[in-house]
Amino acid sequence: MARAIVKVPARARRGEIIELRAIVGHVMETGFRHTEKGALVPRDIIRQMVCRYNGIEIFRADFHPAVAANPLVVFNTIATESGRIEFTWTGDNGFAASESAPIAVE
Amino acid sequence: MIRRRLASLLLLAVASCAAPPDGRRSGYEFMGPDTRAMQDDDASNPASLWVLDGESLWRARAGAANKACADCHGDAGRSMRGVAARYPAFDSSRGTLLDLDQRINLCRTTRQNASALQPESRELLALSAFIGRQSRGLPIDIAVPREAEPLLEAGRAAFRRRQGQLNLACTQCHDRLAGEKLAGNPIPQAHPTGYPIYRLEWQGLGSLQRRLRNCMIGVRAEPYAYGAPEYVELEYYLMWRSRGMRLETPAVRP
Amino acid sequence: MITRRAFLAAAGAAAAAPTALQATPQAVSEAIRALTGGAPAPRGRVKLEVPELIENGNSVVLGVAVESPMTAADHVKAIHVFAPLNPLPNMISVYLGPRAGRARFTTRVRVADSQTLMALAQLSDGSFWSDEVAVVVTLAACTEELK
Repeated sequence: MARAIVKVPARARRGEIIELRAIVGHVMETGFRHTEKGALVPRDIIRQMVCRYNGIEIFRADFHPAVAANPLVVFNTIATESGRIEFTWTGDNGFAASESAPIAVE
Repeated sequence: MIRRRLASLLLLAVASCAAPPDGRRSGYEFMGPDTRAMQDDDASNPASLWVLDGESLWRARAGAANKACADCHGDAGRSMRGVAARYPAFDSSRGTLLDLDQRINLCRTTRQNASALQPESRELLALSAFIGRQSRGLPIDIAVPREAEPLLEAGRAAFRRRQGQLNLACTQCHDRLAGEKLAGNPIPQAHPTGYPIYRLEWQGLGSLQRRLRNCMIGVRAEPYAYGAPEYVELEYYLMWRSRGMRLETPAVRP
Repeated sequence: MITRRAFLAAAGAAAAAPTALQATPQAVSEAIRALTGGAPAPRGRVKLEVPELIENGNSVVLGVAVESPMTAADHVKAIHVFAPLNPLPNMISVYLGPRAGRARFTTRVRVADSQTLMALAQLSDGSFWSDEVAVVVTLAACTEELK
């Protein structure tokens, strides 16, 4: 099942500021909802997203229940070198997902 | 004064019968720019997650026949192009009206010898989104052969019939009051141009039947069970009413 | 004997008290103090981008941009976003560095009710800057019960 979709430019000039976009499939259950019968639906969210560029952390985000389902984050980084940009997500109930994309920097 | 009022009421009645081709606007046009941007960019549209799943399911072997959709239909980009824009469709060999989900399940049970996928299940929504995506941008084109005319009429009658504790008919909001506000939100014209949709209210993907159930609950009517012929007839009428408009599947809606 | 004034005052206070599903003003200021240590966070340099009229509180596009050269010597270390009238005040925190190039991000959040959202930027020199936007949230019609 598709867990995440990431958008990384395939190529960039060295020093160029590029946009990165990542969306991960997750219900992000807040822990504040109730069923028709009044039972509380327990919290189940992604807690953190980390982005690494050839292994070096370039962006990190802490998610709270206020982040909408199927979280999307768009941010920037400087294209420094060719390699891989990797996104990892971790959360409640042992949730873990990752996706990466290559980048060619000239 | 009374004559003028009667005349304008008559005009209103006539106008609501016609569903003119111009003046029709997709729900897309009633949304704010952020929500539109979400739909327009595949990398921002959460429905893309389901489309990707659908692509995997398309290629996955299933059932006692151990066949994948791809084994018969090949590349979906070619074989499924235009298909979703023609559903619901009347199957004359079976003498029944089918929506796309029912057609998918027919293939599963009769060709793949697999169990039918449950309504609103992730698998069925994923396949429906993937197949629908292949028709994005194409005009909706619903055929109404003579044997299907009574079914279209049944759908039209359902659209006009008052129901529920609030005693409202679809046409009252979606024909006459479209563009006005309900609870602060604009009332759209109810053209199902983008199903299955990622509805912000659901924070997930859902079918047209799920949305129709929401409408019925909204007017405090008891919704029919999933798969009920009443839904398929109403879907038939709604898609026919949207003929010529572009399919936006998978759309984003508030 | 309860005077009418006393009764109305009590009723007014009861009506104004936050419900269980709203953060208290104390929780919000504590969340902010935990980050700033009480240091001032004046309005400026931060731009919180969110529509003032929200069509559906379940998924709202929200962006924050901070004016910064993003050099090793002078950059934004973190951006935090708060929703004082959500059940929990913290929405999201992002951590940046000079490699970001730009101090900005966009995401989608849930806004529980009409309120004033707030963004707080933490700079490498230890200073804090902020921005606020008042938003109005409308409700969706024709929903469904959660089974």
